[in-house]
Amino acid sequence: MIKVENITKKFGEKVVLDDVTVTFERGKTNLIIGQSGSGKTVLMKICTGLFDPDNGNVSFDNRPFSNTKEKRRIDIRKEMGVLFQGGALFDSMNVEENVMFPLNMFTDMSYEEKLERVNFCLNRVNLSGINKLATSELSGGMMKRVAIARAISNSPKYLFCDEPNSGLDPMTAELIDDLIKEITEEYNITTVINTHDINSVIKIGQTINFIYKGKLWWRGDNKSVMKADNRELNDFLFSTELTKRIKLV
Amino acid sequence: MLKKLGDYVILMSQVFCKPDKSLIFRKRLLHEFYNLGFTSIGIVLILSVFVGAVATILVAYNTDNPLLPEKLIGFSARQMIVLEFSPTMISLILAGKLGSQIASELGTMRVTQQIDALKVMGVNPANYLIMPKIISCLFFIPVLIVFSIVIGILGGWLACVLTGVITPTNYVVGLRSWFEPFSLTFAMIKTVVFAFLITSISSYIGYEVKGGSVEVGKASTKAVVVSSIAIIIFDLILTQMLLT
Ligand SMILES: Nc1ncnc2c1ncn2[C@@H]1O[C@H](COP(=O)(O)OP(=O)(O)OP(=O)(O)O)[C@@H](O)[C@H]1O
Ligand SMILES: [Mg+2]
Repeated sequence: MIKVENITKKFGEKVVLDDVTVTFERGKTNLIIGQSGSGKTVLMKICTGLFDPDNGNVSFDNRPFSNTKEKRRIDIRKEMGVLFQGGALFDSMNVEENVMFPLNMFTDMSYEEKLERVNFCLNRVNLSGINKLATSELSGGMMKRVAIARAISNSPKYLFCDEPNSGLDPMTAELIDDLIKEITEEYNITTVINTHDINSVIKIGQTINFIYKGKLWWRGDNKSVMKADNRELNDFLFSTELTKRIKLV
Repeated sequence: MLKKLGDYVILMSQVFCKPDKSLIFRKRLLHEFYNLGFTSIGIVLILSVFVGAVATILVAYNTDNPLLPEKLIGFSARQMIVLEFSPTMISLILAGKLGSQIASELGTMRVTQQIDALKVMGVNPANYLIMPKIISCLFFIPVLIVFSIVIGILGGWLACVLTGVITPTNYVVGLRSWFEPFSLTFAMIKTVVFAFLITSISSYIGYEVKGGSVEVGKASTKAVVVSSIAIIIFDLILTQMLLT
């Protein structure tokens, strides 16, 4: 369980997050939704320690994370898997080396054991047999999936995904959503997902946190989201012609 | 400016700590030896031959006086190559090659979030990425400069043979006159300092890039400019301190 308590973050005069308190539950896919520029990525970067909050604290299973010693933070980071908005694969390494990287750094496994784990993870994201490809030879969807494989290779307890399916075709997008949900439930991971994709919201929104004007505006799940009478939430979710019709049905 | 200097010092303190895994560090070191060092051999050798030849011809041309002994030319050429041309000029050239190479590599990793990815995995990116670069340069740049001195002196000899400004024998006699071992030590001290300046400054500039590909380009230019200026300034300081 990840607890985010009273997080405030400003950039200069601009308040991006204003006293946000939210809990992400274990074994569930926890969604953060909101408009582009609402601060989803900033919140995730605070959770992973890439930004320091101006105020507030994040803790992982009751272990404080923000504002603590770097050494403690490193211990928690070793239990994290992070999928960046752009993938952030190491372009000096091929697919296999990318996925193996966390194992090389933090385990004492033999090469054979590591290779087995890499193949298992690649298989899990439906990408068996591409071990030796360079990252430049991958399509956008493959890159995302390799990045997921890398994020899960060292069996993380916490998984952060920043817009895992943006820019992908609807089928691949759904595949990735399903994959993340399966992994989350199978290994009992605390998963946090940033998205503004209504399909993901409905499909994998086990908890949904809507951020609006820097505040946690609404909280619920994919059942209650359809019936919510929060005006800003409805404006956000049902903004297109197609989704308006879904709402009517 | 002062803040940047502070940031630079902080970054260096993150760079120099115990690597997470020594096996991985050794692999990275080997990689950088090849990536930064091995690929620089060609340019250093070519430049040194010509610089040595030009130095010799220049000295010969400027001391074209029957009263001055011919061996003075070999001596002066040697002094110029050992004291200034090889350590400083070749370091400036290397600042161009290595500076842009290091800054653009790290800058690209920064803007594509690869450095962030390392950090959230629990790796110390400064240590993982920069320390192998600095350590490998501290070793191989002095080696390159020794090569450069030898090849430069050879270049001077070639110039004598090919143009006949002085006889090669007199050149060799000149080379062996008034030799002070300290001049070699001086060259090596300078080289080590320059090697550290080039790699650490370029790493800092690349590592701190913010923005996108345009900024990476700018950083790579800036790395070359700043490390070249640093080399010139330290050249003056070291020469003052050690030779007078
Ligand atoms: N490093 C930074 N410096 C200054 N301002 C920043 C920085 N990072 C983000 N911001 C600002 O914070 C706000 C929230 O940005 P954020 O990236 O979190 O949006 P987002 O919700 O992830 O949007 P998207 O869905 O487009 O990814 C933006 O207005 C942005 O300008
Ligand atoms: Mg974002």
